[in-house]
Amino acid sequence: MDFNATLIGEMISFAILIWFCVHFIWPHLNKAIEDRQIKIAEGLNAAERAHAELKDADQKVAAEIKVARQQASEIIDKAQQQANQIIDKARGEAISEINRLKASAQDDIASMAQRARDQLREQVGALAVQGASKIVQREVDASTHKALLDQLAAEI
Amino acid sequence: MASESGGLTEYIQHHLTHLTPHASKGGFWAVHIDSITVSLVLGVLFSLWFWLQARKATAGVPGKGQAFVEIVLEFVDGQVKDVFHGDRRVLGPLALTVFIWVFLMNAMDLLPVDLLPWITEKFGIGHFRAVPTADVNMTFAMSLTVFVLIIFYSFKAKGAAGYMHELFTAPFGKHPLLWIPNFALNLVELASKPVSLAMRLFGNMYAGELVFMLIAGLFSAGAGVAGWALYGAGIIGYTVWGLFHILIISIQAFIFMVLTIVYISMAHDHH
Repeated sequence: MDFNATLIGEMISFAILIWFCVHFIWPHLNKAIEDRQIKIAEGLNAAERAHAELKDADQKVAAEIKVARQQASEIIDKAQQQANQIIDKARGEAISEINRLKASAQDDIASMAQRARDQLREQVGALAVQGASKIVQREVDASTHKALLDQLAAEI
Repeated sequence: MASESGGLTEYIQHHLTHLTPHASKGGFWAVHIDSITVSLVLGVLFSLWFWLQARKATAGVPGKGQAFVEIVLEFVDGQVKDVFHGDRRVLGPLALTVFIWVFLMNAMDLLPVDLLPWITEKFGIGHFRAVPTADVNMTFAMSLTVFVLIIFYSFKAKGAAGYMHELFTAPFGKHPLLWIPNFALNLVELASKPVSLAMRLFGNMYAGELVFMLIAGLFSAGAGVAGWALYGAGIIGYTVWGLFHILIISIQAFIFMVLTIVYISMAHDHH
């Protein structure tokens, strides 16, 4: 078999076929490939972005925890100072109250003792006057005297 | 360009003759060297192509080559996943190989039917058929491989006793009188699988090739103005049939793959 126009005709058809593939089949295939590439690239980018965001968030959280811890310790310090102040104040007030109460109690005691002493003195005086008058009025009798003196002693 | 119908018959007969060793004129050892060569070259091309892409594959944004291979792989794996619910480590690659290899061999049909014979003629080789899947030996080679896999997986999934039990008791029933009909029906069903698989692909590709040759006959069908008109009609017809054939080669490759998956997954099913 010799080379003839049949092969030329077939080659022309083949060329048309290739042209058809280049213009109508390959673009679809290429689009699918490029879509896939874009999809994968986007997915990877999103993952990377999420990773970076997570890192950022972690750092932010750490910083905030640090600040919160600082604030908490400050609050605790302040509270302690306040508590100390309150305790000091309360102690001072209590001491002054105690002193005041002690002083007033001592005053009371002193005045009561004075009153008792005064009363006693009055009563001793009265008894002495009574005893003396009784001794003078009655005859001298030892037993009578004794009873009288006993009575006097009991009454003092 | 002038030629009579005897010329066309001779032309087609010439094109339908396989390249065989000179020593064997027909007979069992008349190996079709052209089918073997083209299928081997295409198989090696496919393997190298996918192997290279797989070797330099990145987990990042794929290049266009990798993206294409990934799309094909995902498509085939999706088909397998739809039909077969088991370990896909063997069936997946098998389906991929069947699909791409059959597609590439079918695609040889799109080459000008005279191109490869013309080239080989320069090297003193008179007959050369470019389309391995238009060779019944090639399609049966593949379908019989699938057949062996069907038998293998039937034994593997059900065990020898289980498979024998199924062969004799399905689909009619367990009664001893039904054993022979059951077995006969199962044999027919089993044998029909490789035959239909091979004949479908072979028939489509052989007919496609034949239509190309018939249209090519138009190129040398007339003389003068009529001859040129026929020449133009030949180009149009050849192109239109070529465009249509793009569809056929894809569909046939797809069907061969899907049926391979279906048959092997059926071998895993218990009745």
